[in-house]
Amino acid sequence: MSALLSARGLRLAFGGVKAADGIDLDVMEHEFLAIIGPNGAGKTTFINMSTGYLRPQAGSITYDGTHQLLGLPPRRIVKLGVGRSFQLPQLFTEHTVLENAALALAAREGIWRPFAPLLRPAIRAEAEELLERFGLLHLADRRADALNEGARKLADIAMAVALRPRLLLMDEPTSGVAAADKMQVVETLVRVLREARVTAVFVEHDMEVVARFADRVAVWGQGRIAALGPPGEILNDPEVQRTVIGVVPNAVA
Amino acid sequence: MGWLSENGLLLGLAALDGLAYAASVFMVAVGLNLVFGVMRVLNVAHGSFYAIGAYTAASIGLAIAAAGLPSWLSLPALLVAAALVGLVLGPPIERLLLRRVEGQEPVLQLLVTFALFMILEDVQKLIWGVQPVSYDTPLKLLGTVDVPFGEDVIPFTAYQLYVLPGIAILTLVGLAWFLRRTLTGRIIVAVTTDREAATAMGINAARVTMLTFTCGTALAALGGALAVPTTAMVPGIGASTIVLSFAVVATAGLGQIEGAAVSALLIGLGRSFAVYFEPELEVVVPYLIMVAVLLLRPQGLFGVAETRRI
Amino acid sequence: MSRHIEWLAALLGAALLVLLAWSAPWLRFVLTVALAKGIAVLGLLLLLRAGQVSFGHALFVAFAAYAVAFAAPSVPEALLLLPLAALGSALVGLVVGLFVVRYREIFFGMLNLAISMVFYSLLEKFYSITKGTDGIRLPPVTIAGQALTGATYEWTVFGIALVLALAFGALVRVYLASSMGQALMGIKTRETRLEFMGVSGRRVLLAAYVLSALMGGVGGAIIAMTSRHVTPALAYWTASGELVFIGILGGAGSVVGPFLGAVAYELTRVYAAAAVADAWQLILGAVLLAVILFAPGGLWALLRGRRTA
Repeated sequence: MSALLSARGLRLAFGGVKAADGIDLDVMEHEFLAIIGPNGAGKTTFINMSTGYLRPQAGSITYDGTHQLLGLPPRRIVKLGVGRSFQLPQLFTEHTVLENAALALAAREGIWRPFAPLLRPAIRAEAEELLERFGLLHLADRRADALNEGARKLADIAMAVALRPRLLLMDEPTSGVAAADKMQVVETLVRVLREARVTAVFVEHDMEVVARFADRVAVWGQGRIAALGPPGEILNDPEVQRTVIGVVPNAVA
Repeated sequence: MGWLSENGLLLGLAALDGLAYAASVFMVAVGLNLVFGVMRVLNVAHGSFYAIGAYTAASIGLAIAAAGLPSWLSLPALLVAAALVGLVLGPPIERLLLRRVEGQEPVLQLLVTFALFMILEDVQKLIWGVQPVSYDTPLKLLGTVDVPFGEDVIPFTAYQLYVLPGIAILTLVGLAWFLRRTLTGRIIVAVTTDREAATAMGINAARVTMLTFTCGTALAALGGALAVPTTAMVPGIGASTIVLSFAVVATAGLGQIEGAAVSALLIGLGRSFAVYFEPELEVVVPYLIMVAVLLLRPQGLFGVAETRRI
Repeated sequence: MSRHIEWLAALLGAALLVLLAWSAPWLRFVLTVALAKGIAVLGLLLLLRAGQVSFGHALFVAFAAYAVAFAAPSVPEALLLLPLAALGSALVGLVVGLFVVRYREIFFGMLNLAISMVFYSLLEKFYSITKGTDGIRLPPVTIAGQALTGATYEWTVFGIALVLALAFGALVRVYLASSMGQALMGIKTRETRLEFMGVSGRRVLLAAYVLSALMGGVGGAIIAMTSRHVTPALAYWTASGELVFIGILGGAGSVVGPFLGAVAYELTRVYAAAAVADAWQLILGAVLLAVILFAPGGLWALLRGRRTA
């Protein structure tokens, strides 16, 4: 197995806060890598740096062995096959869910067609199929700002998937999803991503989700990777349990 | 060298003129900046407040003269005019107009202030007519000073040399002190930084907004009142003032108060040199400076680039 | 549904305009100018859809009008002058656009205003070239080789304006429904997403900006041929404000809106402006406020609301 994304020596400080303090990480092709860690550890910053939203002060990010992502704007990185979803879903709020999906699909082929309607039959069919896969088809005609948080999250990820990424970075895909729906949402998501043979990195706070779906887990702490390994090993590590999961060993009730 | 010795005096005069001009522009720009900070609205009608401040100052001054009161009163009259305009126009406009579109689409807020600007432009014409209005009693009152310049002296009015820059510096220092050292100032800064958090902590953001808007209006009016002894007011001056003070604010970076002073100097001097050496370019120079700065630093000279949380 | 209503409104409106121009000959001039401004406002509507407003769009109207005035002595043919002038405006739009599309909202609006004020002052100050505030008179021009005069000339220019208004209305409608047009509206709500779809928001806006400058140019060229006299006032901020006013008055919800707004505006102006010349901007501002606060969809929404009710 080869590394699809290689980060080396990433550093970025906001004022005195070190959001990245020497991050080295290889993301392997076809794996599901979970990122866990306390708030403010720099998890989102890593995704922001990898997708061109933030520029690290030092380091390098190599994609697919040849492409240096550093200094590229988000739209160029997306074109290379690195997609992302957002902690705060980034939807076109005045468009319907169907139009949102259709725009993402149209963007893949280039949107520079001033005379072809967005909702032409081919794109409409593909958009409906995409929404179907995410279980969103019944919401197709709703405006995006009328959705609940869980549906917004899924629509946000669907738009990233529409671009057919090889690597998808997801920032807290399950935050805001109602607890009762969570496992079903993640199962849907994982099925879609496995079918599309997408390599996935996801920031996650729910350890049950991590345990069930991650191939590897990276633990973030104060801008560094504190631990990295298979979920069985990492999630049972007492240090990780204490700092991230919040389990106090031998706690007296 | 030849050009310099020939034009040295002119250069000096341009510099002095530019300094005085920058002082009055700074007042307007800093008010615009303050209001933007708290309300996140660029008030297009801000230029009208400048013009109305100027006209009001002239009217009050002329009334003082007509009533036979001592002429030294013309100086405090400028301040009174500014306060009057701020108090009369600021609160109702904020309460009845801007608060109604608070939190709405930015383009709507911008359009509302633009509509207000259209209204106020005609209000000026209806009250003060279309003939140029000037009022130079404060200028004459203080006389001229001989400014040494190399081997020569430049006679320059004391008003432009001391009063204008003096009040501008007082405003700058006073405002910086007010915002950093007083409770009300700290509250304004808090609302500027994070309105939601400030409100959650029990700050009455609506009151802060009205206070700030009134202050901003008064500052614009003060800029106009201070300018009227040296500049004749004509219809349309509100439009050029808002664009010019926007240029100052954009060059400095939105929300930067000390920065606005620096860019007011830059633009004031640039314009003044144009007036003396290439008069056709007078209107163009401030914008050339702004465009050049924005091309190199989109967030302005002193602005901080913001990254939105996603 | 909405497509049919718009078509119906456009065709009915066109027929009504022809009828009006027929019944009162002096209205031909007014309505031609209204159509020209409507085309320019149509350009502004594109930008409004992206959540942006330009306070300096009269620049493109004035540029094309002056281009017609300057070129008319050497190219006295309307059917050449009009596209040339409009392309000139589009070119200026490209240059200005490359700068202003880097900015949004306040900056976008104000930078447009600043640039138009610079252009105005150049027109006013360089008397030797532009004749300053006196302006330039147009020599007679031929239309398709025909030296037309009087009513025939007026009817022909009116006809050209009407056809162009319908054509650009249809074009903008198709454009807005396309991927490019929908992406343009995406700039208003979530430009970040656009970037993360591999699309440059700036380029999407630039394309619309150039198109809007082109339409401003078409409007300006028609105005020059109608009034036969161009002055710097065409580029003054009040002229830009007028365009914004018409856009909001008519409503940004439909391509019919700008024309509805422009005709209503020009007709009112003919009757009212003379009576309240000193307070004209005041009235415009007050109406603008009223529309924003109480009828945000403009005349188009009012009309449609009544029809569907």
